[in-house]
Amino acid sequence: MTERYDVLVVGAGPAGLAAAQAAASHGRRVGVIDAQARPGGQVWRHDIAKPPTRAAQAAIAAIDHVELLAGHTVIASEGHTLRTESAHGAHDLEYSALILATGARELLLPFPGWTLPGVTGAGGLQALVKQGWPITGKRVIVAGSGPLLLAAADSLRTHGAQLLGIHEQAPARTMAAFTAQLWRWPERAMQALGLRARLASVPYRFGSHVRAAFGRETLEAVEIVGPHGVQRVACDHLAVGYGLVPDTGLARLLGCALQDGAVHPGVRVDSFGRTSVTHVFAAGEACGIGGLAVARIEGAIAGHAAAGDDASATALLRRRTRARRFSGLLARSFALVPHLHALATPQTTVCRCEDVPLGALDDFSDTRAARLASRCGMGACQGRICGSALAELGRFMPAGSGRPPLFPARLDSLAASAGDLSVTADC
Amino acid sequence: MSGDLIHLCVNGQSVAVPEGANVVAAVAQVTTRFRRSVHGEPRAPLCGMGVCFECRVRVDGHANLRACMTPVREGMQVQTDD
Repeated sequence: MTERYDVLVVGAGPAGLAAAQAAASHGRRVGVIDAQARPGGQVWRHDIAKPPTRAAQAAIAAIDHVELLAGHTVIASEGHTLRTESAHGAHDLEYSALILATGARELLLPFPGWTLPGVTGAGGLQALVKQGWPITGKRVIVAGSGPLLLAAADSLRTHGAQLLGIHEQAPARTMAAFTAQLWRWPERAMQALGLRARLASVPYRFGSHVRAAFGRETLEAVEIVGPHGVQRVACDHLAVGYGLVPDTGLARLLGCALQDGAVHPGVRVDSFGRTSVTHVFAAGEACGIGGLAVARIEGAIAGHAAAGDDASATALLRRRTRARRFSGLLARSFALVPHLHALATPQTTVCRCEDVPLGALDDFSDTRAARLASRCGMGACQGRICGSALAELGRFMPAGSGRPPLFPARLDSLAASAGDLSVTADC
Repeated sequence: MSGDLIHLCVNGQSVAVPEGANVVAAVAQVTTRFRRSVHGEPRAPLCGMGVCFECRVRVDGHANLRACMTPVREGMQVQTDD
């Protein structure tokens, strides 16, 4: 059975919730799809130990009159219809306008030992503890790059982790320059100060990165390189992430053009969030990493524009420009130092699904040949993890194939009522 | 926030986790290894948000469910890839 919506939003994070609220304010029938069981996305993810922030509560309450399709994963698309899969089977959702608020994922880079149990993303471990992952008393090293390290560390601290240190790869002088600019964004400055105050007892090191993890069946220690040399630290968890990359899988499936010249390109949009495909909009992190404020404003702009109210969208444009300026500062300040690209050795697994070592890709100059010969990127994650990593390392594999099924799906979901939803096998 | 406890069975072992938790939390109480890779290496969750598929387990007979995307329900039977 096909449900029809005037405006369909994919992603119930800050951008998607704002988009849904704006579109619904014009009396449109609006649906919001999210793969998670609850709205909020990653930044407002439900925490089993903590009530939601007031901002999250308000944003979720504001979509009262919107149909929330939680636990729905988009698997395919045809014309103006998306096929989703939930625990109850397949669903076809037709739209007049579609807003992609698919957010971002963490950039995870391969290094010796990164496949050991106990090694997670930084945002990854934050998400896990919010889901109930036992962390009380566990020794945790947080490493990588970007403001997410502090936010993750703060969540881990709240849940009782023993934080041994936060290791930011950006050098101290870059971090000093970043801090000196922060006053121009008072809200961000206050947020950073609050985080630093709550984490005052945890060492925060700059110009410092983890180069290897050790352990037999599970993580036992990491080796950290800093301005003062190398140290080996025993720990239970390593939470390491190198910032965020836009999630553009669905945009690519729909044929939306991406930005030119970026290593991890976002969806290309105009000021109203219109993509290169008619009736398809995008907002927030999917269009380039910008953070919560950008996501809220761009979501609202796209929601108004998708409902045909260009005036309300226009009224928000100045705020958007200002908020986006902060993303530029973030990108410059937390640019990755080149030696992070050399952490993986030829023996280091790069494709975790198929256990393909980095060295197995050396003899290939194009993605297709490498995939066929090595199976790199052809496992369950469909190249989402290794694709972004290889793009960052300057190799060729693009992140994910952009072909249906967008996520592994049950055969009966793909076959259900067949229709003409085009599904081509990926391998 | 954590109100009632939900009881599940992971690899034959009884586990209790707070309501609102995901299956990943229950498995973590029992083992550090969620699955074995194609070459037999131990693996556990990486991304925590449904992208990496490292946390896939069998739940009530359904194979390959992402433990980080699956809310717990009373009486669930969970099996890791041992």
